Amino acid sequence: MRTLALIKRILLQIVRDKRTLALLFIAPLLILTLMNLVFNGKTVEPALGVENGSPQLIESLKESEIIVHEYEDISDVEKAILKDNLTGFLQIEGTETKLTLLNDDPTAAKSIEMKVKQVISKELQLQVMGMKPNNDSIQTNYIYGSKDTQLFDTFSPILIGFFVFFFVFLISGIGLLNERTTGTLERLMATPIRRGEIVAAYLIGYGLLAIIQTIIVVLFSINILDINLVGSFWNVILINIVVAIVALSLGILLSSFASSEFQMVQFIPLVIVPQIFFSGIFSIEGMADWLQVLAKIMPLYYAANALKGVMYKGLSLSEISYNLYVLLAFAFVFIILNLFALKRYRKL
Amino acid sequence: MNQAISIQNVNKSFGKKNVLKDIKFEIMEGKIYGFIGPSGAGKTTLIKMIVGMDIPDTGSIYLLGEKMPNLNVLQQIGYMAQSDALYKELTGKENLMFFASLYQLNKKERKNRIEYAAKLVNLTADLNKKVSAYSGGMRRRLSLAIALIQNPKILILDEPTVGIDPELKLSIWNELLRLKNEEGKTIIVTTHVMDEADKCDVISMVREGSLIATGTPEQLKEKYSAQSLDEVFLAAGRKDQ
Repeated sequence: MRTLALIKRILLQIVRDKRTLALLFIAPLLILTLMNLVFNGKTVEPALGVENGSPQLIESLKESEIIVHEYEDISDVEKAILKDNLTGFLQIEGTETKLTLLNDDPTAAKSIEMKVKQVISKELQLQVMGMKPNNDSIQTNYIYGSKDTQLFDTFSPILIGFFVFFFVFLISGIGLLNERTTGTLERLMATPIRRGEIVAAYLIGYGLLAIIQTIIVVLFSINILDINLVGSFWNVILINIVVAIVALSLGILLSSFASSEFQMVQFIPLVIVPQIFFSGIFSIEGMADWLQVLAKIMPLYYAANALKGVMYKGLSLSEISYNLYVLLAFAFVFIILNLFALKRYRKL
Repeated sequence: MNQAISIQNVNKSFGKKNVLKDIKFEIMEGKIYGFIGPSGAGKTTLIKMIVGMDIPDTGSIYLLGEKMPNLNVLQQIGYMAQSDALYKELTGKENLMFFASLYQLNKKERKNRIEYAAKLVNLTADLNKKVSAYSGGMRRRLSLAIALIQNPKILILDEPTVGIDPELKLSIWNELLRLKNEEGKTIIVTTHVMDEADKCDVISMVREGSLIATGTPEQLKEKYSAQSLDEVFLAAGRKDQ
């Protein structure tokens, strides 16, 4: 009964606060759209300067999506690269081949280096064996995704989990913080309400908002941004609800260690940012062993595993259930700590 | 007449600071009891312990025969904090409704009590305005209405008239006296204004965590042969040192 009254009040307060509503529901969509656009941009064809290339070589280079500029008698390669905005410059003198790279963007430099090497080795093969190598000799199969898989397809499940975590953490934390700084929490403690009822109301009230947010974000990602969803839509919702409960309980817990909104925001670089590093956007296997251990204490690591599992790999609920159990364990610990943190306001 | 509140040898310190020293007193039902003392004397700490938000280091506090803290007794306490603890995004009515639900009043009781409390503090016309649009005095009055919402036996008001204009102050005091006389409520108020202390049945003067004098205003004036409570306070403080 009291919990219900408190839930009603929390929802009413949020509905009155249009800015917060917008942050909760529209901001994730904006950022997801933006990231989608950024990651799915077309790859620019690199420009390569070539000196003394055979017509056949130039033809093959063009076939591997390189824009070729032909030069003759170049004395200063660097000047030519800078002047004509080239990614690299290939000089052929007899059997010697020299590649000069601009390397202002290592990814572009590596990619053109690989392409040039491939083309040249193919040319050599052609000369030695006198036959055209079969381009389709290697057939590639994919376990997850397809040849059209883009980086964003593996990122997006992680991002969805991250947004749910971040916004719910921030808004619920500041919600309870306001309750404390305006003195209303103390006032609540002068009524017969139990501490558990307050924690439950905050979890359910903000949990409802998180569910709506999750549904909007997932529907938007799948239908408008065309993000892959191989597994079940409902499993995605379920995972995000669990993520929201962890974020909620952590948010309201940390709010008891903050004495102002400003101090609450200070938790973001401490609590939120490190979790991004360990969420799987960067390869965790490549990290030092002790860092990998650190990843295991980050809720977002498990959230990302579960979401990527369902959305990208198409795993079933039972295959990702371990991650959900760990997340629930996090939530349980945070909720218990919350009950103790509220003891500061009333001993009973 | 029954005892409403009994404070027995209460001590409390925060860190090294001894905030309350061996406080003991009793309050009878149907009386207005005033705590008078300068800011920082320990009045609010004592109030918070009576409400059960804090517990004494030593000693005990009983309300209506029950040892505090006790959730059931809180149903019988109307509390008004020193600073207005209101939800500014909500209207006055929504604030009252929320607290009425916390005390688990049924629908009909809620409606009646909200009407009664709003009328009492003269806020009926402004009930549907958001609290953020209220003036300081209106907020204070709404806080008082919330303290009365569940028709509690005991009212505990921490500086109820701070920042309120003299006319409203008079009307609030008239209402407190009426609640005492007609409805037999026990009322505790804290104040640092001596003219308000004159209206209490019993007053205790608090200074640096100790009760330096307790009695009816007349008794105290007589005891220290003083004209006003201001003089009593000064005389009692001097004697104490």
